[in-house]
Amino acid sequence: MSAPAPAISVQRVARRFGRVTAVDDVSLEIGEGEFLAVVGASGSGKTTLLRLINRLIAPDSGRIVIHGEDSAASDPVALRRRIGMVFQSGALFPHMSVADNIGITPRLTGQPRQEIAARIDEMMALVQLAPELRARRPHELSGGQRQRVGVARALAAGPRIVLMDEPFGALDPLTRDTLGEDYRALHTRLGLVTVMVTHDIAEALLLADRIAVMHEGRLVAVADPKRMSQNEQPYVRDLLRAPRRQAERLAALLAQGTR
Amino acid sequence: MTGLLDPRWSEAVARLPDYLGAHVRVSLAALALGLAVSLPLALITRHRPAARGVLLGIASIAQTVPGLALLALFYPLLLALAALSAKWFGVSFSAFGFLPAVLALALYAMLPVLRNTITGLQGIDPALIEAARGVGMTERQSLALVEWPLALPVIMAGIRTAAVWVIGTATLSTPIGQTSLGNYIFAGLQTQNWVFVLFGCAAAATLALAVDGLLALIEHGLRHHRGRARIALGAMGLAALIVASLAPGLARTSAHYVIGAKTFTEQYVLSQLIAQRLNAAGLSATTREGLGSNVIFEALRDGEIDAYVDYSGTLWANQFRHTDVKPRRALLTALAARLADDGVTLFGELGFANAYALVMPRARASALGIRSIADLAARAPELSIAGDYEFFSRPEWAALRQAYGLRFGKQRQMQPDFMYAAVAAGEVNVIAGYTSDGLIAKYNLVVLDDLKKAIPPYDAVLLLSPRRANDRALREALRPLIGAIDIATMREANLRAADGATGSAADVARWLWDQIAARHK
Repeated sequence: MSAPAPAISVQRVARRFGRVTAVDDVSLEIGEGEFLAVVGASGSGKTTLLRLINRLIAPDSGRIVIHGEDSAASDPVALRRRIGMVFQSGALFPHMSVADNIGITPRLTGQPRQEIAARIDEMMALVQLAPELRARRPHELSGGQRQRVGVARALAAGPRIVLMDEPFGALDPLTRDTLGEDYRALHTRLGLVTVMVTHDIAEALLLADRIAVMHEGRLVAVADPKRMSQNEQPYVRDLLRAPRRQAERLAALLAQGTR
Repeated sequence: MTGLLDPRWSEAVARLPDYLGAHVRVSLAALALGLAVSLPLALITRHRPAARGVLLGIASIAQTVPGLALLALFYPLLLALAALSAKWFGVSFSAFGFLPAVLALALYAMLPVLRNTITGLQGIDPALIEAARGVGMTERQSLALVEWPLALPVIMAGIRTAAVWVIGTATLSTPIGQTSLGNYIFAGLQTQNWVFVLFGCAAAATLALAVDGLLALIEHGLRHHRGRARIALGAMGLAALIVASLAPGLARTSAHYVIGAKTFTEQYVLSQLIAQRLNAAGLSATTREGLGSNVIFEALRDGEIDAYVDYSGTLWANQFRHTDVKPRRALLTALAARLADDGVTLFGELGFANAYALVMPRARASALGIRSIADLAARAPELSIAGDYEFFSRPEWAALRQAYGLRFGKQRQMQPDFMYAAVAAGEVNVIAGYTSDGLIAKYNLVVLDDLKKAIPPYDAVLLLSPRRANDRALREALRPLIGAIDIATMREANLRAADGATGSAADVARWLWDQIAARHK
């Protein structure tokens, strides 16, 4: 029995910006229903990898296959409409209402108004946004609300793949935790494929099925959280040291507190 | 209180519909053209830094050309184009008035619109443009749905700046034959009618503020979510302005005589006199005042105006570029023949001459023993001379210098009305004045004899446009003016008009007619 076809297949992809090689010969397969976190220091190429997947930029070499279709052969605009994307700190359109932001992709594909309106209501309920926020402008929302709108916007056209670029980075820890959990539940419920770029290792470990570690444009490790914690590579061990120490100290402190 | 009861106010108000309407038409047309050209250019070049630089450079240069010069430059340009078009396509158009004014003002509107549109589009957070692509927008959708609306406040600010500039600068389109609120200002400056000057400035400022306010309303509406009412209000205001400006133009009848006037006092009075004569004969006539002396003859030849008064020497030397100086009669005969080649009728002489003349205070002249220009030439290196804006580049000045070997210590250009006061006060020693000017007597100045006849004769002559050549009603109405105005009467009329306090040019024209009529009895 052959393994099922991956949702996203990244094959020996490279991309340079001037003399800097942002993504260097990266190969990676992401399966149906999988939640993959991509971690690494800033400048490690993780955001470039994300932008390569929905053709916001084209690779210099290598190939990316989405659901069996070579992305170089498909229309990039149509491809992006099929893939949801959540941007760093939201990137909501400031001149549009919450509802207009959420309904933007269905509107681009020319869906009837009523269907879009129904879809907006459904999405707002899905990401737990109160209906009275519909007419608000992004600047009238809290950071957490904004990011929920961002998630709703990414999901509105019913994509099977969602790309997230440090989606919760700018939020306070509590909101961040709640939002992460809420999104993970949505991911499972809708059977999505999620690729989330983050610099927060703890978040990656807690939310993702698998973690990919990037370092200077190269993919240095891909594993599930448990195996990743046993990885002996020096860079990966350094990366995991901070959350591990934090967790141990927290565990000790909290244990004392309960006594 | 007497200030507001001044009859000049009511005269200014009476002219407002005509001047304001024309001003609105030319300004809004120029603004619309400027927008229609600049906005697409800004969009096309927004991703092309080199083209953008060139474009902004050209617009900046156009902006540095003084408004008056820019407007004046478009006149000969269009004249040449009209001639070419007539030759190649058999289609001619008027290079006078509306068209050159609109083109020059549109050029003026371009810089703020271009610069603000480009700045506005460049100032958008790149993350939002990436988000627009990320949610699946095409380049065009990104522009229409995200970049354009976000840049709009900056773009609208540019449009508002352009509107204010264009409305202000449009006052300078009077000399190229476009009626505007500048007619008040040019006429007012010439006849020392400060009521007119103030009225023109205030009207232009009010119009600029009103248009700016309407655009601000639209901008506000565009920026706010539920601003449709404001957009509608602003757009309706602009539409109302356009409709109102068109109304007087449409009401105008075609059998309408237009009398031209150059930019000095005597011309204002004479054009009023001619218009009054026509009106008295039951022919409806208006004046088109403040036309540049380079523009007015072409306007007559092309039938844009129907009649005006020019001076034999000016036509001979400036219009037809002859350098020889003929005796008075011979000049008039040659001129009439030359004018006939263009289809223009030299209807007759009015009876006086308005020549350039070197003028100085009588007391100073006798103290220095100067009676003629030849006497002056010997003392000239120690003296200063002032002339109007065109004098020193006119052939007469070259002829004078050659004939007498004139070489002044200093040479200045001045507004003609200030020249006489300046020479009387000793600011300058000699001025190039005009023989028919009433101020010569008022300031006790003396005209120096031109014994060598270097300055050609300048008989005031009444010209008719080609299409009015056989207009009997017009000829009958104007015949009483031929040979009817002597130099003393014209001087007095000019003095009255320049004073301003004794009445407007129209009042003086009525006085002048009374003098003529009294003599006929």
